Amino acid sequence: MSGTLTIDGKTIPFAAGQSVIEAARCAGIYIPHLCHKPGYAPHGSCKLCTVFVNGRKTSACTYPAAADQNVVSDTPELQQDRLRLTQMLFVEGNHFCPSCEKSGNCQLQGVAYHLRMLDNHYPHFYPQRQVDASHPDILLDHNRCIFCNLCVRASRDHDGKNVFAIAGRGINKRLIVNSASGQLKDSDISIDDQATQVCPTGAILVKRTGYQVPIGERWYDRQPISELALGKEDSHER
Amino acid sequence: MSAKIKIATTSLAGCFGCHMSFLDIDERITELAEVVEFDRSPLTDIEHCGPCDIGLIEGGVCNSENVHVLREFRKNCKTLVAVGACAINGGLPALRNFVSVEECLLEAYRDGIGIDNPQIPSDPELPLLLDKVHPIHEIVKVDYFMPGCPPSADVFWTFLSALIAGREPKLPYELVHYD
Repeated sequence: MSGTLTIDGKTIPFAAGQSVIEAARCAGIYIPHLCHKPGYAPHGSCKLCTVFVNGRKTSACTYPAAADQNVVSDTPELQQDRLRLTQMLFVEGNHFCPSCEKSGNCQLQGVAYHLRMLDNHYPHFYPQRQVDASHPDILLDHNRCIFCNLCVRASRDHDGKNVFAIAGRGINKRLIVNSASGQLKDSDISIDDQATQVCPTGAILVKRTGYQVPIGERWYDRQPISELALGKEDSHER
Repeated sequence: MSAKIKIATTSLAGCFGCHMSFLDIDERITELAEVVEFDRSPLTDIEHCGPCDIGLIEGGVCNSENVHVLREFRKNCKTLVAVGACAINGGLPALRNFVSVEECLLEAYRDGIGIDNPQIPSDPELPLLLDKVHPIHEIVKVDYFMPGCPPSADVFWTFLSALIAGREPKLPYELVHYD
């Protein structure tokens, strides 16, 4: 099934099997997102891509595109919701951009810049979280995890390994590693796995690769995420 | 009575990098000086800030004195601006939020490498440490935020030019960085 739908008053085509966010992306319309990635099964957890479809709020990454849908995305109300959601992600973790080597290449930051986020609005949680530096090639910093599930999906669906999982609920939610010790060094993750490349923040980093591009010349220093996310290769979403 | 706009600035738990970045506006500071007068600031020798139009706060809140200074600024400044990452989210000083104050003091003054005459400072004139470093919006109402570590000189210039001219400050995309 294919046909056309409208997003913010613009009529666009969609192909069979596409979600609303994918149809929008193919038509050059950016809908902010963090847990969505082209080529990955949708997860619908970050809720940044929430849009109105025929008057009802839903996640654009999980909702199938269909003929004659009326999608509304770019409204002050929805952008304000997205801003507050992004601010919550900042205060619920420990995101200290000046001390993060992913800064400038971080999608959380890119989305925040796009939403004109100048402050964090809410009181900070400053949760106690660990850094797992046990693996010789890969660093796992739980302080920066936003529970997007991309590493879980990458390891399970693309690497065939199931290295990661999300455990717990609510504020006790945490990313866990599938090894006897719970440490990355005892898992079967490898530096070539997609799971090491897919993290939108600096939670999973490949060691000895930081600062190859100077701060100030990185993806979101040079170009808004709204433009980069529409690129053909999605190179910024590695 | 001066017709100039009064600005007060201070550094709480910060590194003074934001003030240094402010000075990086270079010769534009003469243009600023024509319309602005500094009240309490590291640039002056004024102990307490008086009634001001704009207060620029660098740094987070880490001790009791920071709380007093911040409240004094809020009371006296019509417009209060959080300047830089530390004022906005605690910044790097907030990295101590993951250890207790006791551990922090012991490591800094007793157990750290190369410490002579180890002792915890206890002079009554020293402000007491808070258990955590807080961003300033958790203590007082903040009117504007200038992100960055530090915000660039162009951010200061763009922001202050607008505010002094009575316009709503707006930063273009290329001037907004968190690092």
